[in-house]
Amino acid sequence: MDKTVNQKAWFLVLPVFLVVAFSAVLPLMTVVNYSMQDTFGNNQFFWNGVGWFKELLDPSTDLGGRFLASLGRNLFFSLVILAIEVPLGIVVALSMPRQGWTVAACLVILALPLLIPWNVVGTIWQIFGRPDIGLLGYVLNAIGIDYNYVSNDIDAWVTVIVMDVWHWTSLVALLCYAGLKSIPEAYYQAAQIDGASRWAVFKAIQLPKMNRVLLIAVLLRFMDSFMIYTEPFVVTGGGPGNSTTFVSIELVKIALGQFDLGKAAALSLVYNLIILIVCWIFYTVMTNAGAERKPQEGAA
Amino acid sequence: MHSIPGRRLIMALFLIFLLLPIYWLVNMSFKTNAEIVSTMTLWPHAPTLQHYKRIFTDESWYSGYINSLEYVVLNTIISISVALPAAYAFSRYRFLGDKHLFFWLLSNRMAPAAVYALPFFNLYSAIGLFDTPWAVALAHCIFNVPLAVWILEGFVSGVPREIDETAFLDGYSFPRFFIKILVPLIASGIGVAAFFCFMFSWVELLLARTLTSVQAKPIAAIMTRTVSAAGMDWGLLAAAGVLTIIPGALVIWFVRNYIASGFALGRV
Repeated sequence: MDKTVNQKAWFLVLPVFLVVAFSAVLPLMTVVNYSMQDTFGNNQFFWNGVGWFKELLDPSTDLGGRFLASLGRNLFFSLVILAIEVPLGIVVALSMPRQGWTVAACLVILALPLLIPWNVVGTIWQIFGRPDIGLLGYVLNAIGIDYNYVSNDIDAWVTVIVMDVWHWTSLVALLCYAGLKSIPEAYYQAAQIDGASRWAVFKAIQLPKMNRVLLIAVLLRFMDSFMIYTEPFVVTGGGPGNSTTFVSIELVKIALGQFDLGKAAALSLVYNLIILIVCWIFYTVMTNAGAERKPQEGAA
Repeated sequence: MHSIPGRRLIMALFLIFLLLPIYWLVNMSFKTNAEIVSTMTLWPHAPTLQHYKRIFTDESWYSGYINSLEYVVLNTIISISVALPAAYAFSRYRFLGDKHLFFWLLSNRMAPAAVYALPFFNLYSAIGLFDTPWAVALAHCIFNVPLAVWILEGFVSGVPREIDETAFLDGYSFPRFFIKILVPLIASGIGVAAFFCFMFSWVELLLARTLTSVQAKPIAAIMTRTVSAAGMDWGLLAAAGVLTIIPGALVIWFVRNYIASGFALGRV
């Protein structure tokens, strides 16, 4: 279906443009403005040019060291949760019941963690993992594992990762389920006639059909985990030490904690730029996948 | 749809994994603080409603729920009403800079809230909206409007173009066509988009907390008050947490048949 060229369509887009511009462009201009200046309080600002950016990208300075360390932690975190959530999400989607009331029940329970406010997610796991009053912490300690997420780095990491898996695997599962639902029954019948094995059905029919939704899942999860703030902040507060301080936590510490506007703004811009680049790759891959699909559909 | 061996077991284990932490929270909310701290009990041995009673009778507590719902509903209405015409435009027409505009919108969905916390604080203080539900509702538009446009665009594209053309031939004006024909046709899509706006506005805390101080404080921020000199009031915290889960659970129930396609943003 070809779209017609119509410049008047801009009038339909205008409200969206104004609302988002108000919330996005104006604040971004403030950030750019701050990032070039230094302040000693009392609303007095001094020109600092690209000084903050230089400091930010130089690991030997305090700011640069903190930024790059939190960036590294954040990347590691994102990769770990992707490696767990994507396969697990596919398995859960394949395990969905076929019909009946259990489908609705499973869907509702799956979606439940997604609608819990993020700080409550943090609170739930903060309580659940505590050795004194939480079931998980209590049981782990009772069977002889010395588990304490407040004082042990590795325990804190495990807690934050398990929490994220708990919170977001459902998203991957629901996306994959939507992809699986769109496969016509005839495909499976054909596979059955050909005597295809379970694995062959998965590889040749289900996985290709889930391609698109998996792509959405991976990129949404990557970007959201890259911006994660509330949940680890509530559970570990970025600690012990700085071991679970992710980029957003570092940024809020600098901006609202120390009120170091220049540094925070420079960090914001670099952070935003990284996400923008990933987002652009996402968008390009998505639109290309769409373009590739069309001729195939036409041929079929 | 063909499933894998052992699927019932896998599903059951996963659902238990999802429900266990929530059960623990519910369990704690019905215990007295003495029971929480002193013993490890799998269910409340002396069930009490004292924490819930306190929340429902103390205005500083229940007003938090009202504040949260207020900005969430405002945000959902704003997002859907501005996103609908835009979704139609993106779906049907090609115009100057359409692709760039779409990408720009999408990129805002991905912008980290932490980046905007401080500038938003300055902006909304300057225009006198600080500490009102409007500030939070407008701030949440930054990620909800792009999302709503994205979802609705998928649903509008599912409506055959012939319907538009027939309506215009029948003498429908554009606004009348929009309200009388298009909106009823994509009603489920609007429901899904509203669900997502509700969801993301409801779960977000960083911006909501930064943009409010006293009058419009969301429940999620009020929950931090349970830390006092006498230690944590665990039971109260748990009860408040349980109450934040309920609106989400209700909303899921209404859209349960559309959840799966909704999460795929109409793009399966």
